[in-house]
Order: sequence, then structure tokens, then C-alpha cells
Amino acid sequence: MSEPLLQVENLKKYYPINGGKFGSVSETVRAVDGVSFTVNEGETLGIVGESGCGKSTTGRMIMRLIEPTEGKIIFQNRNIMELTKREMRKARKDIQMIFQDPFASLNPRHTVGHIIEEPMIVHHMGDKRQRQKRVEELLELVGLSSYHAKRYPHQFSGGQRQRIGIARALAVRPKVIIADEPVSALDVSVQSQVLNLLKDLQKKFNLTFIFIAHDLSVVRHISDRVGVMYLGKVVELSESENLYNDPKHPYTKALLSAVPIPDPDIKTERIILEGDVPSPAHPPAGCAFHDRCPVAMDICSIEQPHLKTLDDGRLVSCHLYN
Amino acid sequence: MDETLLKVEGLQTSFFTDDGEVPAVDGIDFSVHEGEILGIVGESGCGKSVTSLSIMGLLPSPPGKIVGGHIYYKGEDISRAKESRMRKLRGNDIAMIFQEPMTSLNPVFTIGEQLMEAIRLHNHLSKKEQVERSIELLKLVGLPRAKELLAEYPHELSGGMRQRVMIAMAMSCNPKVLIADEPTTALDVTIQAQILDLMVKLNKETHTAIIMITHDLGVVAQMCHRVVVMYAGKIVEEGPVKEIFSHPNHPYTEGLIKSIPDLHGKKDNLYTIKGSVPRPGSIAKGCLFAPRCEFVMDKCRVNAPELSGSVHKSRCFLHQEQGRKEVHT
Repeated sequence: MSEPLLQVENLKKYYPINGGKFGSVSETVRAVDGVSFTVNEGETLGIVGESGCGKSTTGRMIMRLIEPTEGKIIFQNRNIMELTKREMRKARKDIQMIFQDPFASLNPRHTVGHIIEEPMIVHHMGDKRQRQKRVEELLELVGLSSYHAKRYPHQFSGGQRQRIGIARALAVRPKVIIADEPVSALDVSVQSQVLNLLKDLQKKFNLTFIFIAHDLSVVRHISDRVGVMYLGKVVELSESENLYNDPKHPYTKALLSAVPIPDPDIKTERIILEGDVPSPAHPPAGCAFHDRCPVAMDICSIEQPHLKTLDDGRLVSCHLYN
Repeated sequence: MDETLLKVEGLQTSFFTDDGEVPAVDGIDFSVHEGEILGIVGESGCGKSVTSLSIMGLLPSPPGKIVGGHIYYKGEDISRAKESRMRKLRGNDIAMIFQEPMTSLNPVFTIGEQLMEAIRLHNHLSKKEQVERSIELLKLVGLPRAKELLAEYPHELSGGMRQRVMIAMAMSCNPKVLIADEPTTALDVTIQAQILDLMVKLNKETHTAIIMITHDLGVVAQMCHRVVVMYAGKIVEEGPVKEIFSHPNHPYTEGLIKSIPDLHGKKDNLYTIKGSVPRPGSIAKGCLFAPRCEFVMDKCRVNAPELSGSVHKSRCFLHQEQGRKEVHT
């Protein structure tokens, strides 16, 4: 748990808007604007935030499915930003992804067996017979049966499809799994089954997870550490216990208080944020959160805060803690 | 909270497909009183949305059809009312807001045109009065710059603002009942909190009864007075919100509550309800939840339990026989 397996440094993704004269760049959307974090072996790092905060873009950049504008991604002491396309394809054997939509992420014209086998073919693993055996093992591992290999995705429910997606990600024995909203399309009773499965698999294979989600309770359940993102930046990153019991950043506080608690006896003091998330093409000057922040000070609209380490080891980016 | 506004009696709604009749809602009874917020919860496919469409007379027909039961609005049976009658009721008396604020507004008309259309169809107001009423409504739902908004198109608004416009539209004729079908599912938590707050405020100020259809038990716990829990087209439990959360009688309700990850405090493993929801139309004997229930008894597989109880009702043999608290501690 000590050695960082994956290190992300100052990762950025800017999208140009070609709206100027003759298609020149008129504006840039800063989808991800300088994100840094480390992930240790065997742990789960949760990334939470609202739509458009850049959490999915961050996840995809680590796999270089989206090419970062700037920054370093160091995996096993190698900067994977410097790899060629071919080398990158090999590196993806160690970093796999589970996608959000179990309906769109499986090819409807392939059998489940083929879907799970494909990554092994791509990475030249074993011969046909060995691969088929592995497919059957994987299916049982994720709680399906080996005879399911001959069926097509439409014959499965949402929860079962997500299990197939997990089996596919596990096929090449990766070290890191990036899960982008893996349970948000599922019903509560099925969601808990999939979350338990992910936890079991992590223990069994010493997997490292980057778990991206908007549901704060789900993230808390699965994560050892949690990073909160707002407008392309990490505003707070800490051990999940500390973050949930004693949030420091005003945005984290508001976010946590907004979650409806399934207990009518608890009446939480909700911090209702005014307005919407600003557009990442025109982030407010200074702290990006200052125009919605209930405790904003003068300095917040002028100077951008930077991530600072507090006494308990957490990182917070807010002028309140300077 | 005394007068019954809406009463659903033995409602059965089926879809007629190539594979035969598929019952989506299979005999449900509930009522909505003046000024209350009733929650209908359940997972996908349990029939909660079909119930609301049946009430509104908006079922896609064919293939959907109400095959049995009645829906009474202030004593009048509207389950088989003529389209012309439903048109008068919809908006004026019963209004609805939908899940997708992105797709339920027309992209080629301005917010003002769409709002005023709703007002014009139900009231005889001059153009100037329509504009005034629209601005008033937009202010009611907490939208800033109301006057400028009237000239803007839906794509210029964020998801939360669009949902506010939808609510404004639904409230335009002071309906007695507002049916909200997953109104916050597509929104972020901080925006969801704003919208839920607004709905509770409207309920208090205008005394509009709200039927809140959702899959999120957190939303139910925070804003509803009474809850109906649906499973596979049937009501499995009904009662006051506090009762349901503190003493759930049906194993399904209990399982649902237990399988939510906790925001405060960490458990090692989440509780799970094994298996998955039965396919609609699959013929089963006995209790529909029996294959997934951990307290299943022999009789559950043979006979189907009835919904029983007075204020807090449930559809389970376990509770009916012994009072479930002794059985399960």
C-alpha cells in the first residue's frame, strides 16, 4: 500500500473552440486543468464531482483514450505519455477500464464469450483452447455461468452486462482498473451486488481501482481515498473517513449536505448552492468556486488557491486554510 | 390532509405485444389526499411510470391499455374518460413533470412561447396578462432574469433551469395534483437539492398534492409524507414514511433500504437482494418476491399474499402471521 503505482502530475486537457475568423481558435474549454494525484498499489481512489467537472476525462486520459494536452502519467516508473501508439497498446494490458453504460459498451453482434476473449487475442495470450477456458473461469468469477459464453448481450439484464464488462476488464490480468460510473445505470439492489463483487475481486487479485462516480455514498463505500473535483480541478483529496466525517472545502461540504439521506428522522442542514456550475470555457477569475461559495472572501475572486497539505495529510485548495 | 383527491382502485394496465399480453401494473390501489406528498418507489420495470401515465391518460395506445380497475379524480372515474375531458383535466387539475428536462421541452420554441401555450390553452387571458403570468411563474420557481428568459431557447438553459421551467409550466394552471416522474434523476446532487427544495416549498405554499415517482429512497425519506413501494407491478408495502423506514414490513422494502451504501459510516459488505427482478409477463405462482426472499416459506411459493393492514399495509405472509419483529431481529 505504500509504493505509488500510478502517479498523475499536472494533467491538463484543453479543447479549442474554433469559432473565430477563418476557424481560428477563439476560446478554450479547460476540461481538466492541472490535476495531480497518486494511486498506491491495492487501494481504491475515488473521484467524485458533478457532470462536467472533468472526472471522466481524467479517467480516459490515464488510458490515453483521450490524448492529454499536458502533464505526466507515471505508471511503474515509466512516463506513459512518452510511449508510442504501439507501446501504449501493450501498456493497456495493465490498465483496463469498466464503462458506465452496460448497454452501449458491449458489441451486440458478438457473443459474450467473444467479447471477453477479445482483449486476450489482442494481447496474444494463450492459444484458443486456453483462452476459452479462461473465459469460462472469468464468467464464473463474476457470478455468471460458463454456458453464458454462447449468448448475446441483449439476453442479459443490466447488472449481468456490467458483470460481463468486469470479466472483460479482468481477462488480461490488469494491475489497475479504471471504473467510470460502473453502477450508475443500475438499480439499487443490483448496484450493491456489483459493488460487493468489485470489492471481492480487489481482495482476490490485489487490484488497484480508480473509481469515478457522482454518487457520494457509493464512492465512500468503495474508496480508501477520495478526490473531489470541481471545474477541472481537484479541490480536496483525502482519506475517505476524514473527507466524509469532516469535509474542509466549502464545495465538499455543500456536496455532502445535498445528498438525500434515506432516513426520515435525520434532517440534515442542507447547504443549498446558488446557481449552476459555470462553463469551463469561462471559469470565474480567482477560485473557480467563489461565485457559488457561501463563505467567499475578497481574495477568492482575485487569487487562485493552490492545493495545500493540512495536518491530517489531506490536500485542500481553499484560501480558508492558508 | 383530509379530502381524497385521487383514488386508484384495482388498476391493471397491460401492454399487448407480439408475444402476448404483458401486465405492467397488476391491480394496485392507493389514494392521494389534498396537500400531501406521496412517494412511489420501486426499481426499473416495477410499473411506477406506467401507473402515472395511466392516471394522466397518456399511455401509448396501442400497445398500452387499461384493462381493469378505476381511477377516480374527485369522485369522477377518469380511467375511461374521453380525450376531450382528459384535455380539460390535464394541466388544470392534474399536471405532470418528466424525467428528462432535455427532451421534454421543444427545442424550436422559446421558453416564453411554450409557457404561454400552456397558459393560453387553459385560461382566457390577454397577451399581456399571459406574459405577466409567465414572469410570475418563472419567479415562483426561483429563476432569475425571468423577463429575458422568456425570449431564450431551451438549449441556452442548464438542466436544472430547464427542470424549473418544466415545473413552472406544470404549475401554470394551479393544478391540484402534480405528478413528478423521476424529476431529479438526470440532475447533479447540488441541483437536485435545489429542485427538491422548490417542490417542497410549492407544496407548502400552494397546497398542491405531489405524487413523487422515484427510485431513490433518499429523496423519499427527505420529502414524502407517505410511501408506496412497488415490485413487479404490485404494491408490496404502503404507509407513512417514518413507519416504512423504521419498521419495514416487507422483506423487499427492508432489502432495498439495507442495500444503499451509507454516507456516514462504512460497512464491509453491502447487503444484497439476490437475483434480479422477474421479467414482466413471466407467469409465477405465489408471491412474486419469493424467489429472491430470504424468509421464504413453503406457502409463499403456492399462494399469493394479499395487501393487508390499515395505515401501514404490506403484502407478506410473514408479517400477517406473526408480526414480523419477533421473527426477525
